Amino acid sequence: MPKRTDIHKILIIGSGPIVIGQACEFDYSGTQACKALKADGYELVLVNSNPATIMTDPELADHTYVEPLTAEYLEAIIERERPDAVLPTVGGQTALNLAVELSEKGVLERYAVQLIGASLEAIKMAEDRLLFKDAMRRIGLDVPASVVVTTEEAATRAAEQIGFPLVIRPSFTLGGTGSGIVYNREEFEEAVRLGLQLSPVHEVLIEESVLGWKEFELEVMRDHADNAVVICSIENFDPMGVHTGDSVTVAPAQTLTDKEYQRMRDAAFQVIRAVGVETGGSNIQFAVEPRTGRMVVIEMNPRVSRSSALASKATGFPIAKIAARLAVGYRLDEIPNDITRKTPSCFEPTIDYVVVKIPKWASEKFPDADHTLGTQMKSVGEVMAIGRTFKEALMKGLRSLETGRKPLAPPADPSELVRRLTTPNPDRLWHIFFALGAGHSVESLAELTRIDPWFLAQIAQIVELQGELKRAGMEALDSQGWREAKRFGLSDQQLAELWSVDADSVRRRRLELGIRPVFKRVDTCAGEFESFTPYLYSSYEEEDEANPSGRNKVMILGSGPNRIGQGIEFDYCCCHAAFALKAMGFETIMVNCNPETVSTDYDTSDRLYFEPLTFEDVMAIVDEEKPMGLIVQFGGQTPLNLARALQAAGVPILGTPPESIDLAEDRERFGRLLARMKIPQPANGAAMNVEEALKIAARIGYPVLLRPSYVLGGRAMVIVYDEASLARYVRRAEELQGAFPILVDRFLEAATEVDVDALADGEDVVVAGIMEHIEEAGIHSGDSSCVLPAVQISHDALRLLRDYTVRLARELHVVGLMNVQYAIQNGTVYVLEVNPRASRTVPYVSKATGVPLAKVAAQLMAGRKLREFGLKPELPVRPYFVKSPVFPFLKMPGADTILGPEMKSTGEVMGVGESFGMAFAKAQQAASQKLPVEGTVFLSVNDHDKPRIVGLARELADLGFRLVGTRGTAGVLRRAGISVETVYKVNEGRPNVVDLIKSAKIDLIINTPLGRASYFDEKAIRRAAVQQGVTCITTLSAAAAAVGGIRARREEEIRVGSLQELHRKGTAALRRSLSAVEQPLGQ
Amino acid sequence: MLALEDGRVFRGRGYGAPGERSGEVVFNTSLWGYQEILTDPSYAGQIVILTYPHIGNYGTNPLDAESARPFAEALVVRELAELASSWRSTEEVSHYLEQFGMPVIAGIDTRALVRHLRQYGAMRGVISTVDLDPLSLVAKAKASPSMIGLDLASRVSTPERYEWNEPSANIYGDTAWKPPTRFHVVAYDYGIKRNILRRLADVGCRVTVVPATTPASDVLAMKPDGVFLSNGPGDPEPVDYAVKAVRELMGRVPIFGICLGHQIIGLALGGKTYKLKFGHHGGNHPVLNLETQKVEITAQNHGFAVDPDSLKLSEVALTHMNLNDQTLEGLRHKTMPLFSVQYHPEASPGPHDAGYLFGHFVKMIEEWKG
Repeated sequence: MPKRTDIHKILIIGSGPIVIGQACEFDYSGTQACKALKADGYELVLVNSNPATIMTDPELADHTYVEPLTAEYLEAIIERERPDAVLPTVGGQTALNLAVELSEKGVLERYAVQLIGASLEAIKMAEDRLLFKDAMRRIGLDVPASVVVTTEEAATRAAEQIGFPLVIRPSFTLGGTGSGIVYNREEFEEAVRLGLQLSPVHEVLIEESVLGWKEFELEVMRDHADNAVVICSIENFDPMGVHTGDSVTVAPAQTLTDKEYQRMRDAAFQVIRAVGVETGGSNIQFAVEPRTGRMVVIEMNPRVSRSSALASKATGFPIAKIAARLAVGYRLDEIPNDITRKTPSCFEPTIDYVVVKIPKWASEKFPDADHTLGTQMKSVGEVMAIGRTFKEALMKGLRSLETGRKPLAPPADPSELVRRLTTPNPDRLWHIFFALGAGHSVESLAELTRIDPWFLAQIAQIVELQGELKRAGMEALDSQGWREAKRFGLSDQQLAELWSVDADSVRRRRLELGIRPVFKRVDTCAGEFESFTPYLYSSYEEEDEANPSGRNKVMILGSGPNRIGQGIEFDYCCCHAAFALKAMGFETIMVNCNPETVSTDYDTSDRLYFEPLTFEDVMAIVDEEKPMGLIVQFGGQTPLNLARALQAAGVPILGTPPESIDLAEDRERFGRLLARMKIPQPANGAAMNVEEALKIAARIGYPVLLRPSYVLGGRAMVIVYDEASLARYVRRAEELQGAFPILVDRFLEAATEVDVDALADGEDVVVAGIMEHIEEAGIHSGDSSCVLPAVQISHDALRLLRDYTVRLARELHVVGLMNVQYAIQNGTVYVLEVNPRASRTVPYVSKATGVPLAKVAAQLMAGRKLREFGLKPELPVRPYFVKSPVFPFLKMPGADTILGPEMKSTGEVMGVGESFGMAFAKAQQAASQKLPVEGTVFLSVNDHDKPRIVGLARELADLGFRLVGTRGTAGVLRRAGISVETVYKVNEGRPNVVDLIKSAKIDLIINTPLGRASYFDEKAIRRAAVQQGVTCITTLSAAAAAVGGIRARREEEIRVGSLQELHRKGTAALRRSLSAVEQPLGQ
Repeated sequence: MLALEDGRVFRGRGYGAPGERSGEVVFNTSLWGYQEILTDPSYAGQIVILTYPHIGNYGTNPLDAESARPFAEALVVRELAELASSWRSTEEVSHYLEQFGMPVIAGIDTRALVRHLRQYGAMRGVISTVDLDPLSLVAKAKASPSMIGLDLASRVSTPERYEWNEPSANIYGDTAWKPPTRFHVVAYDYGIKRNILRRLADVGCRVTVVPATTPASDVLAMKPDGVFLSNGPGDPEPVDYAVKAVRELMGRVPIFGICLGHQIIGLALGGKTYKLKFGHHGGNHPVLNLETQKVEITAQNHGFAVDPDSLKLSEVALTHMNLNDQTLEGLRHKTMPLFSVQYHPEASPGPHDAGYLFGHFVKMIEEWKG
């Protein structure tokens, strides 16, 4: 049966901003769905609030809406576009929840829109734990004992019945928000209370704990003819109790006999049929008791997921793409397998390698938060590694994480070791290595960690070999021994550490002995059929299958695992580089190790190497492929860190020379350059110790901004106001390696911060976007909302910004992209930082201007000139585009939500509006920061802000808000004749402001920090706000924008528009120029 | 060391029993089920490469053996587990195989070997832990007997007739439910797997297993309700005694054949069989049921196939087709009670999608008996 012809126009819902639990895997799945359905001739409407996605590129759908993912906006889009069907299964939980809401509100019926991919009944049965468990019991499958409750009393009764430990799971929350394991009455009561609040239906499941059981997942697909296949099995290294997103996972399942696996497979099909997922992919989780083999069904996701993205990358079977085609009526056996071409997609991939996924956490960003791993996901990214054995894949995965740490790093304290092994935490894997090295047995570790002994025995083999290698020494090791070491996945760097030599000499010796990796293909079939898709991984084996072409090729280094400060934006740029260079006739080669991304789709570039981004691994590919150039400026800091070493090894780097990158990062040389160019920068200095730092601070004046010389996403950056704090910071830095010199900058208070992105070809420069930050300077640029075009910057300042940007691009010989951060204080424009590479804001500026900056930049790097593209010297922007950050605080119990120079946001959204207020309001809504249109506003501001709060308060009062304030703030307002109630601070008595927030009596909080004294008070306010879902604004500039947004929401109607409409004029010629280059350059 | 007849040599590390074995080198792409594979008598005369690199992870146990002992000549793997981790395991793989005298070679680039066989076809090979001279081993491989024309079925078949009544067990070995016995089925043992017998018992058959060479008259004398033709190793053509017996049984009693049994039916119907380049050995082969248009994921293990063009389509309906290479996977007679499949509906190892065929057999018997 071919595709359906009764539907023509399909709405695809994306997953919104990157948050913990929902990352770029949904850009990957949504992009695949768009490509597949468009190729099948459907007219596509796409909605996603996240501008940093490939799926929101205007080429992928016919009508692309970057609008908030709320029922209100979805209805407006549906009303306007009148799609025949909506596909909600490729946009994560967000899209599924929206589909349910739209259906329940009667929107789908009103506009005669069908749900395809999953029915409402199926979504509800899979999502509602009670319905799901009943269904499982009906078909005879075992599930953990459980009770669903809606009150605290019922919860207590259930707990008595089942017994501790218990799992608490609120219904319908994202990424397991609010779930956890409780061991006692006290923890239980708190978790139930929070869970009932968090669940949109005020429902919590209380469940028998299967803590410590083995955890498995099956990725299942089914078509409407009821053909069902398992694409991939995944075994979790970390047993039940750790969210699968926080577990090290392995494909395929390693420790199941065929009879057990087939039992699980049968059960999975029973599940997908019982739930009623008629077409598409589902992820089904099982737990198996390790001593008895008892198997229980844990849950199912009736949609593509993080695991299905992993499964797709692990097997070469594109689940989302196939799922989209099944949703429009194809059968599995009608869709060919892209990789083998001759065989159909109706089969079960088999693999002849091992895949290991390792999560990456951002613990260092949230020092106050509890980092114990449980049922609530906390990791912000992940890496995947492919090896011929588990050992090889694990070691490749560990080096892909870029943690810079060594497997055998000494532990903090031996007694601490046991606790760190028993309680799951981000460092547990390292502790296992250490414990094995320190003589713990596999059995004792299995006992402590409940990790399957098979995995531990594999790690024990690695540890043992490391010991042997160390004893043997580098010179004495024969080529057999070298080969063994490399087959175990040990990197040159690790060997160098074992032997206390430098990595270069290890590399030299290894190459002398002719020990080099070969490249094997991921082919879905374990070599049974020929593979036509060069999707490769390295291994120390005999036969090389890479079969490189003789074409002119460019290699693009990706950005590795997502982390705060380096995420989807860079993957977006890398993909664009691949598209743009392909259009120029180059063969494109992508190197990356992040399974969530579009860049690691084998469709994105001509050749894909799924490999760690280290010098050793990249050089092996360079040696194999011999590309004419490498692109390092699109993948964030990860490839930049390799640039010098690669260049030194003779690898041609395209675009801006690495020397310029170095120059921009070297504060001293760069300072001299700015001085020579007569461009102001904040007074600064570099200190090697406390005394020097104090001296510099005394010279330039407080407050000062302190940071280590190497910075990513503002790591370890602080603003200090006095000598004591400065000394404390510098002393702490002394414990870290490589933190010095410490950079000391004058901090510009109450300044406006501006980000500028520019394109340059070495001669000409185009100012792509001048982004005005809504938060004042001092908040990390990634955490600040910003607006295009600038709304409050004076003409003179704009002129200076343009002038400085153009001159800097020329001076640094930028070919490609450049980002400059400026601060404007009292009319003076200061340069804070120059990054001669793609920045986080490139996709946002691209979406706002309609000019795909990364594509243009990639072609510039490959030799084209800016004048060929016909761009204006400064790209025009109309109407208003606001970018707002999204924070993970809800997932990080205990973390402080205050913003500062250290970046904390995981993702971003864009709001588009005819007025700045409307664009801001939309961005806030898209970021789930509720801007109330009525109710009560709590105000508490520091003395510095008090004069300026009056105007805002008056405006809020005019809009009909009730105002409450702390004593000081209320006094100021009252004196200005504004009616306001006084409320206690936390330490002043009760009921205080936190009580009010917790009892839902506050709708908006404006609280600017008062300094260290009231820190805990404010922290309590902010935490309560996070838990209650009340927006808490911590800067006056943001408060002003919020008030504008509220006004816009009250006075303007909801309007939605597609990017294609916004950019129809003006960019057509550019697109032609980008996609149709007559002959490949660089011949 | 492993040497192929075309001169390619692989060096690895020996496990299991020391010694020297020759056979046809084939690869199986199943991710699980190594014990079932090695104990499947259809692998007699073959050196088996398992494409999944980690083998032995969950050890071995008595329930997963498909016959009394391993039948493959030798095993080739990328890595053999030192530690078995499963509550079901009673013995580690290397001990288990050593006990039965099977040599294992580990540590070689099995993917390179598989790709070699894919390109040049299944070929003879020799594994040795004794003779490590490549030239000598290649010569031995060349001198070893070819699969074509070799009757292996009579070698692995039971010497004595026996009864089987035991249904499938769950993974705990419990046979919680014993169906009432309704029919008597005679099963020809050309190398039968236990799970076929269990699956027949599951659908209410009392099974008498007879040696491969049992004449049709002896079978008919037992007055069976149905006859089953089992799987088995090697080339169907030299198993002419079986073809003769099936010709005599056709139309007189309902017949169901699996794998070699299917090929024998093909020959008995006047068709021809041929050798596939490297065969089908794995647990993920998509088979289209041409009568229902549904796809079954199947376990397969065969080096020969029935040529559909050699069958008289006036008499025979083609019922199943392999979607990977469009080879014939199943047939039925249009008038006589007779059907067969090339793949393994009994699974073990492999998916259970085609398990319904045992039910079909019983239904056919019911209809035949009126």
